[in-house]
Amino acid sequence: MKRVSLVLTFALAAGLSTGAATAQTLKTVKDRGLLSCGVSQGLPGFSAPDDKGNWTGLDVDVCRAISAAIFNDPSKVKFVPLSAKDRFTALQSGEIDVLSRNTTWTVSRDTSLGANFTGVTYYDGQGFLVKKSLKVNSALELNSASVCVQTGTTTEQNLADYFKGNNMKYEVIAFGSADETVKAYESGRCDVFTTDVSQLYAQRLKLANPADHAVLPEVISKEPLGPMVRHGDDQWFDIVKWTLFAMVTAEEMGVTQKNVDEMAKSDKPDFKRVFGTDGNLGEQLGLTKDWVSRIVKAVGNYGESFDRNVGAGSPLGIARGLNQLWNKGGIQYAPPIR
Amino acid sequence: MTTIESRAPPSQFVFRLRRALGGRAGWSGFAFQILFVAAVVWIGYEIVANARANLQAQRITSGFGFLANTAGFDVSQNLIPYSGSDTYSRVFLVGLLNTLLVSIIGIFFATIIGFTVALGRLSPNWLLSRISGGYVELIRNLPPLFQILFWYRAVLATLPNPRQSYSLFDSFFLSNRGLVIPKPVADPGLEPVALAVLVAIVAALLLRRYARKQLFESGRLITIWPYVLGLLIGLPLLASLLFGKPVTFEFPTLKGFNFAGGSRVIPEFVALTLALSTYTAAFIAEIVRAGIQSVHKGQMEAGASLGLSRGSTLRLIVVPQALRVILPPLTNQYLNLTKNSSLAVAIGYPELVSVFAGTTLSQTGQAIEIISITMGVYLLISLVTSAIMSFYGWRLGRSLGP
Repeated sequence: MKRVSLVLTFALAAGLSTGAATAQTLKTVKDRGLLSCGVSQGLPGFSAPDDKGNWTGLDVDVCRAISAAIFNDPSKVKFVPLSAKDRFTALQSGEIDVLSRNTTWTVSRDTSLGANFTGVTYYDGQGFLVKKSLKVNSALELNSASVCVQTGTTTEQNLADYFKGNNMKYEVIAFGSADETVKAYESGRCDVFTTDVSQLYAQRLKLANPADHAVLPEVISKEPLGPMVRHGDDQWFDIVKWTLFAMVTAEEMGVTQKNVDEMAKSDKPDFKRVFGTDGNLGEQLGLTKDWVSRIVKAVGNYGESFDRNVGAGSPLGIARGLNQLWNKGGIQYAPPIR
Repeated sequence: MTTIESRAPPSQFVFRLRRALGGRAGWSGFAFQILFVAAVVWIGYEIVANARANLQAQRITSGFGFLANTAGFDVSQNLIPYSGSDTYSRVFLVGLLNTLLVSIIGIFFATIIGFTVALGRLSPNWLLSRISGGYVELIRNLPPLFQILFWYRAVLATLPNPRQSYSLFDSFFLSNRGLVIPKPVADPGLEPVALAVLVAIVAALLLRRYARKQLFESGRLITIWPYVLGLLIGLPLLASLLFGKPVTFEFPTLKGFNFAGGSRVIPEFVALTLALSTYTAAFIAEIVRAGIQSVHKGQMEAGASLGLSRGSTLRLIVVPQALRVILPPLTNQYLNLTKNSSLAVAIGYPELVSVFAGTTLSQTGQAIEIISITMGVYLLISLVTSAIMSFYGWRLGRSLGP
C-alpha cells in the first residue's frame, strides 16, 4: 500500500517535472484504445469484480458508459483498483483518466486537488453499523465507544465533528483498507464501524452473520459520491459529466436497455435531439451522434443500473431514496439534453 | 669556503590544493567537476521549477501552508495532548512520536531477545541450541507483515471484550481493547521524590565508578549492589515520608463500552512491538552468533583457565570483542525495524505513515510535500540512529585499542 502511494507520488513528481501537462484526454484514450478507470478495491454494488473477474457496480457502469460512448463497446476499460488514500494521486499523475470510486464531493477536493467532480452518481450519507447484541438504538448512545474507520476518507472528520458536537468521547482506529477495517470490527476490536451508509450495507454482506448487525438510523453527513477528472481538459470534463446525465435522462424518458432501438426511431422532437437523428449534440461533445443509444444499450439507464447493482435487484437491496428521479420524490436531476 | 645555505623547500600549497581539488587530472579535472555540479544543480532547479509551474497550471495546491490548517480528525494513541481541532503539524508530531515509541521499545526488546537467542544457539545444551536455531529459521523466513497480522488478528483478537476482560486485583484489565492499568496522578510529593530518585541514581553511578577505580588500582573487589539498592529505595521512601505521597492512582472502571480512567496500552501497539521485536531479533541473533564465533576460541579457553565461569567469560571477554563485528550489521537491523514500523497501517496503529502520509495526505491531497517530509523524517531518524551507533562503535574501538 505504501509502495503504491510512493510509486504514484514519483509518477506525479516525474509527470509534473517533465513538459507541460497534456490536455487531450479523449485523444489519448482513443489512441490507447482503452479507458483507464480508477475504482475501489472491491466494494459490492459500486465496484467489485464478480466470480468471473468482471468488474461490476454502479461506479463501474459509469466507466463502461463512457467507454461505450467513445468506442461503442463497454468492455474497453482498464479498471485500476485504488485505496482511498491513493486515488487522487493516481488521477493527478495521469495513471487513470477518470476516477469513479465512491468519492465524496467537497469544496476542498474540488479546488485543491487539481481535479473536478463531474456530477453525483449516488447521494449518500455517513452512518454507523453496530452489533445487535449491544442493544444500541441510536448513535447518541455511542459515548465511549471504539470506532473502526478507513483512513483517507471524509469519514474521519465527520466522525470527529459528530462526537465533539454531541459531547461524546470515543476512540478511533483507522485502517488502510476497507477489508482490514471490517475485519477489525468483526473481531470485536471496535464496537462501531462507520462509513457511508451504502457501504455499510455492502460491507455487511461480507460479515459472517449479516443479520447480527444493524445500521443505526442516524445519518450524520451529506456524502454526494461522483466521478472526478483532471483540471484543464474541459472537453473530457463535459464527456464524463454528460455520460451520467445521459443515463439519468434516459430513465426520465423511459428509455431502457431493451427498448432503446425502438425509442431511437421515435419522431418526437426531444427524442430526435437526444438520439441524434436531429442535430449533432453528440459531435459537439467530441462523441458520435448516437452517443446516448450507445450508452443505454451498454449499461441501461440510471434506474436500471441502480437496481441491478445496489437496488432491489441486487443483494444489497438499497431503496432509491434520495437517488430517485426528481419528479418521483428524489433529487437525481439531469440538465436537458438540447 | 662558502657555506651552502640550506634552502627552504618550495611551498607545496598550490600542488596540494590542485591534487585535492582536481585529483590526477589537475586543474582541468577541477573545472570538469565544477561543470558537473553546475549541471546537476541546473537540472534539479529545472525539475522543481517545472513541477511548480505545472502544479500551478493544474491548480493543484502546493506549498507547506497546509501544516497550519486544522486537522479535524482524531488519533487513538497520542503521547502529547492532541485533539481534532489541532493542526496538521501537530498530527505530524503525534505520528512521529508514535513511530519513535514503537521503534525504541522494539529495538530494546529485539536486542535482548536477539542476544538471548544467540547465546542459546551457541550453548552446549543440545535442546536449548536447537530451540534457538528453530526460532531463528522460523521467524526470519516469514514476512514481517504476516507476523504483524498474526499477532493482531490471531492472538490479540481472541481476547474477550471489555465486559468479560481478564482482571488482576480489579485494577489491571486485559481485553481486546488493550491493557488498562491504573494511571498515576501527580501529587504535591512528586517533585521531592523525583529529586530523591535523581540523587540516588547519581550517587549509585558515583559509587560504581569508585568501586571500579578501586578494582583497577588496588585489585579490591567491593560489593556495591546492597548500597545501590538501599539508595534507590531508601531515598525516595524517605522523601515520600517527609513530603507526602508522590502519586495517587486513578483506577479504571468499566463505563459504557469501554474503560474510563486509567491508562491504556492499545492492542495495535502491542501487536506491532511484539512482531517487530521478535522478527528483528531473529536477524540480530544470527549477527550476534557470527560476532561471537569470530572471536578466537583461545579467548574462551583463556577465560576458562583464569577460572571465570562461562557467563563471565562471555560477558567480560568475548562479547566486548565480538561487538566490534556485531555493531555495523546491528545498526542495519535497528534501521530496518524503524522502517518496518510503517507496516502498522495494516493494523491501524497511528504511526507517521498512517496519520501523516495516509490521512493527512488524502485530506489535503498534497502528495509531493507530504511524501517528501515523510521520506526526510525517515532519513533523519536513520541517520541519527546510525550516528549513535557509530559513536558507540568509536568508543568501543577506543577502549579495546587498535
